[in-house]
Amino acid sequence: MAAVTEPNHGLRTAGRYALLIAVALVFILPILFMVVSSLKPDAQLLRDTASAAAFLPVGDVSFDNYAAAFRRAPVGLFIANSVFITLATVLVSLFLCSLAAFAFAYLEFRGKSLVLAVIIATLIIPFETIAIPMLMVVNSLPFIGASGLQWGWLNTYHVQIVPFLADALTIFLFVQYFKDLPKELIEAARLDGASWFDVYRLVIVPIAGPVFATAAILKFLLMYNQYLWPLMVTQSEQFRPVMVGLQYFFQLNTAWGEVMAYLSMITIPVLAFYLLLQRAFIASIASTGIKG
Amino acid sequence: MSAPGPQKSLQRHPLAGWLMIAPAVVLIAAFLIAPFVLAFGYSFTNQRLISPNPTQFVGLQNFEQLLGVGVLTISPQTGEDGTVMRDENGNLQYPSVRSFTRGNDEFPHLQGMREWFSWTWGEDRVLVLARDIVFMKALTNTLLFVAVVAPVQSALALLLALMINQKLRGINIFRTIYFMPVVVSIVVVSLLWRFIYDGSNGLLNTLFEFLSFGLFQPVDWLGNPGTALWAIIAMSIWQAVGFHMVIWLSGLQTIPVSLYEAAEIEGANSWQKFRFVTWPGLRNTAILIIIVITMQAFALFAQVDVMTNGGPVDSTQVLVFQAVQRGYEQQNIAGGSAISVILFVIVLAISMTQRYLTRER
Repeated sequence: MAAVTEPNHGLRTAGRYALLIAVALVFILPILFMVVSSLKPDAQLLRDTASAAAFLPVGDVSFDNYAAAFRRAPVGLFIANSVFITLATVLVSLFLCSLAAFAFAYLEFRGKSLVLAVIIATLIIPFETIAIPMLMVVNSLPFIGASGLQWGWLNTYHVQIVPFLADALTIFLFVQYFKDLPKELIEAARLDGASWFDVYRLVIVPIAGPVFATAAILKFLLMYNQYLWPLMVTQSEQFRPVMVGLQYFFQLNTAWGEVMAYLSMITIPVLAFYLLLQRAFIASIASTGIKG
Repeated sequence: MSAPGPQKSLQRHPLAGWLMIAPAVVLIAAFLIAPFVLAFGYSFTNQRLISPNPTQFVGLQNFEQLLGVGVLTISPQTGEDGTVMRDENGNLQYPSVRSFTRGNDEFPHLQGMREWFSWTWGEDRVLVLARDIVFMKALTNTLLFVAVVAPVQSALALLLALMINQKLRGINIFRTIYFMPVVVSIVVVSLLWRFIYDGSNGLLNTLFEFLSFGLFQPVDWLGNPGTALWAIIAMSIWQAVGFHMVIWLSGLQTIPVSLYEAAEIEGANSWQKFRFVTWPGLRNTAILIIIVITMQAFALFAQVDVMTNGGPVDSTQVLVFQAVQRGYEQQNIAGGSAISVILFVIVLAISMTQRYLTRER
């Protein structure tokens, strides 16, 4: 390595680390502040912002804010709603999108290229530009549920799930991955008399783990962090997810300790999940940058 | 590749193919394409979410209402002797704007407009009037947000990617940390930063006071029309920059090491290596990143909704926030759709221009 022969090699390395650490502090300190503050009573929390104590769990540390947050809002319900909506959407959308991508990648049928092109073209439509007319669409749709036929989807779980079950990015990711798999496997299975659905289920799904992980992570982040859509379609508390539940905490005299406790509760599980699977998380974001 | 002939015909199964894509196609048609087409349709009507009256076609009225602007030049009032009139402070006196925009038959095109901004031209005042000032502010704020965030965030993300691409022990720890805010919801980040930006107890003021040895005067970052949008810009970059760092990084890693070795043998310095090896290798990544950031920036909503509600004095109004205000809060689907259509046309125009400017030659 050329670097080794340069003078002051040690000093240069130290300088590089110093810069890396300084930047790391910019990203980590606000998050650390959130978690540490959630453990302090409001008076101390406000006093501590004047010094480095803001980032240290010192003084009167307790979980009182967490208990208070549960008293202020039905936090357990919000978390359960978010988990249910996110899980249901991720699981069903992975199945529907991978199945469609399988057909796009391996089967020949009339109209295929046109349909795929239209789907890819929808990537350019930001959700925010269709949210308002979408409100009109879901307000006039029927749904057959436990209580029979109903019109209008507002204030339900399915209004937060069904519109997100198929999307262009997920289909695109699967198509890109399937294209590179060896076709011989499929042909062999077909000659053995397997149906196309069996080929999908028994041949392709078992070897497509990485792309399922990628798509699952992207969909998970998108769904768990949804805000605009649930804000518009859940006027009743019963169906609200965690991000909309935040509104209970930003009232006139904000109790910052409780806010930080709520923010920590809905963020730490995701952060833990990320730290555990960080390679997969980063790989999934990177794969959105690979255009065919 | 697979041989033509028998294998090819194996795959020609229209029924299986259509059955497999049907669920996804129906869902995309119903929840992406239909609302998209309806946005255009509604924007030419007076559709409301719930209304006792039938919906009517109103042509371009929604767009005229949103985009109507006019210019008015007014001369100072003159006295009977023809000299300009001044008030007790010596300032020129002008006729009121209302006398032109309310029931003045000579200026029918200015009817109902209000002053958006103005400047002085000699002794005259030039006023730019708009029919919907809040929308105009939302439009210009959104364009400003995109114009700042797109280049700054892409450049910072590239800088971080270059830092992370160094061969140093433990570098992955830093990559993990830089990416961390990306997995935190923007709603959570917005509420957290409301506290950081606070005027009396905010961490940012404390930090600046410390760095300036107490000289810095505390600022209420979100309560001040001059700083609120910039505070939102800085926070948005902080939250999302790791996302694009990762995309740059995957671009950097596609550049063959042999090119750097060759450059080193030629005696290239670090800047020359970046300029002649790294940068040309990142061309496609750069196009993608700029387009992705631009599209994400136009969708700005949660930060405004959580931090400022468009205030103070409309300094943080943005298009999506206005579309939601009208389409949802006021149940004016037509008005919200018209803003959505304008937003989409701008996004499309900008991404097509970017594609055209960066096309392969």
